[in-house]
Amino acid sequence: MSDEQDVITGIKAPVYLKYNFTAGAAPARFLAQIKKGVLTGQRCPKCSAVYAPPRGSCASCGVATEEEVVLSDKATVQSFTIVSIPIPGNPIDPPFVVANLIPDGANISLIHLLSECVNEEVHIGQRVQAVWKPESEWDYSMDNIRYFKPIDEPNVPFEKIGTLTASGWEG
Amino acid sequence: MRDIAIVAYQQTDSVSDVGAVNEVELIMPVLARTFEQAGLKSAQDVDFVCSGSCDYLQGAAFAFVAGVDALGAVPPIKESHVEMDAAWALYESILKIRMGHADSALIYGFGKSSPGELPIVLSQQLDPYYLAPLWIDSISLAALQARMMLDKGLISERDMAEVVSRSRRNAMNNPHAQLKGDVSPEDVLAQETYLSPLRKGDCSPVSDGACAMVIATVEQARAWGLPYAVITGIDHCIETHNLGMRDLTDSVSTRVAANRAGMNEGKVDVAELYAPFSHQEIILTRALGLDSGTEVNPSGGVLAGNLMMASGLSRVGEVFNRIVNGEAQRGIAHATSGPCLQHNLVTVLEKGEKA
Repeated sequence: MSDEQDVITGIKAPVYLKYNFTAGAAPARFLAQIKKGVLTGQRCPKCSAVYAPPRGSCASCGVATEEEVVLSDKATVQSFTIVSIPIPGNPIDPPFVVANLIPDGANISLIHLLSECVNEEVHIGQRVQAVWKPESEWDYSMDNIRYFKPIDEPNVPFEKIGTLTASGWEG
Repeated sequence: MRDIAIVAYQQTDSVSDVGAVNEVELIMPVLARTFEQAGLKSAQDVDFVCSGSCDYLQGAAFAFVAGVDALGAVPPIKESHVEMDAAWALYESILKIRMGHADSALIYGFGKSSPGELPIVLSQQLDPYYLAPLWIDSISLAALQARMMLDKGLISERDMAEVVSRSRRNAMNNPHAQLKGDVSPEDVLAQETYLSPLRKGDCSPVSDGACAMVIATVEQARAWGLPYAVITGIDHCIETHNLGMRDLTDSVSTRVAANRAGMNEGKVDVAELYAPFSHQEIILTRALGLDSGTEVNPSGGVLAGNLMMASGLSRVGEVFNRIVNGEAQRGIAHATSGPCLQHNLVTVLEKGEKA
């Protein structure tokens, strides 16, 4: 190869693909309810576990979840992480807390943000509640809930996490 | 070597747009019917599970993991996936059984092609280095191949139209077919050109759907007391990604795979060929040396409905159905992947001896 020729070590080949995404029948029911400000789950007909948000099946049993269950917007922290590194494209400034939360009445966790909290004091079993956007901004989106914030309720012991009914500690 | 048999096969209808149904919702019903046919309760009753799908169809990384939600994988199961047509999941499952690591396996494939622009999606799927930057879509590449065939005098447009006509007519007996009807070659030739020299009829449709299969050792199949077809051979070969270095008018890799799978060790009553374009069925038929003694694509083939990542396994399922129904003693199923029949798999099936 001639010395004068630049060596090509790479080319840019950006990929743009457009998709008409559909959430699926079960998630669509969930999204229709959250548009109205109601958090729902779906119950497995075999093992009775309530999924929120439902994705279409009980992953344990491999069957469709049909029965819709209205959940509380109170939840328990099942696990969490403090994000300290900025994520490209993410509008939230670190550090922030992302948590697996099990809404009262459900048995499987959903992922959401925790805020209005001291990050270092977030703990497993902590009680939290949804902070909703104004009703005028509600859409078919989990973002209708801005984040969850701690509430003044006793911790849920580890073995009881994911077992509270929709009426929470009172149930 | 342990003989392996197919004992159950089910598929969804092939539809142009399955609508607001996600992948797990697409898979669950067909798995339920497959378990019922095999007399099994769930995926817990087989030793191994392998699926075929393509995340590019959904446009989401690791989208195939959602498919596992259809299995009931608690307690944990042995599970694998190929980012390919499920015919290759069958291949992996057969290796697993032959090695003695399993006696039975569930294989499923699913594809929802309707959300994206399939020919463009396929242009980005397999070769990100050489062809993807050029954005050559799958139909344009097939059109170049067809043009080469026509210019060399290897086929005529009427030959292609006859393939389409036979597909539409055969598909009238296929309850899952998407495109079917009493269409004559003249009807096809009367269509305007879509992407020259291809007419719309020469191209397989964009389809949504899924299929599933249960295989097992012949001993296990007999113990279950199920009718079965024996897989006597399976092999696959791939050609270079460089289209300029391939003879696009032939399918060398299909021929090699078929020979190695033992296709020529007996009469072939039926052949289900994965030909997404009409001229490719002619290439495959010639590459395999099939004559009038072999019925080609009695299901209508994928011109009647093309379930990406599932139709290769469907070809096997169609031959299985014909053997179990007594319509054929022996047959072959072909699956393909990549532009212009790049990668090809051939499975040979035979009627099993009575238990």
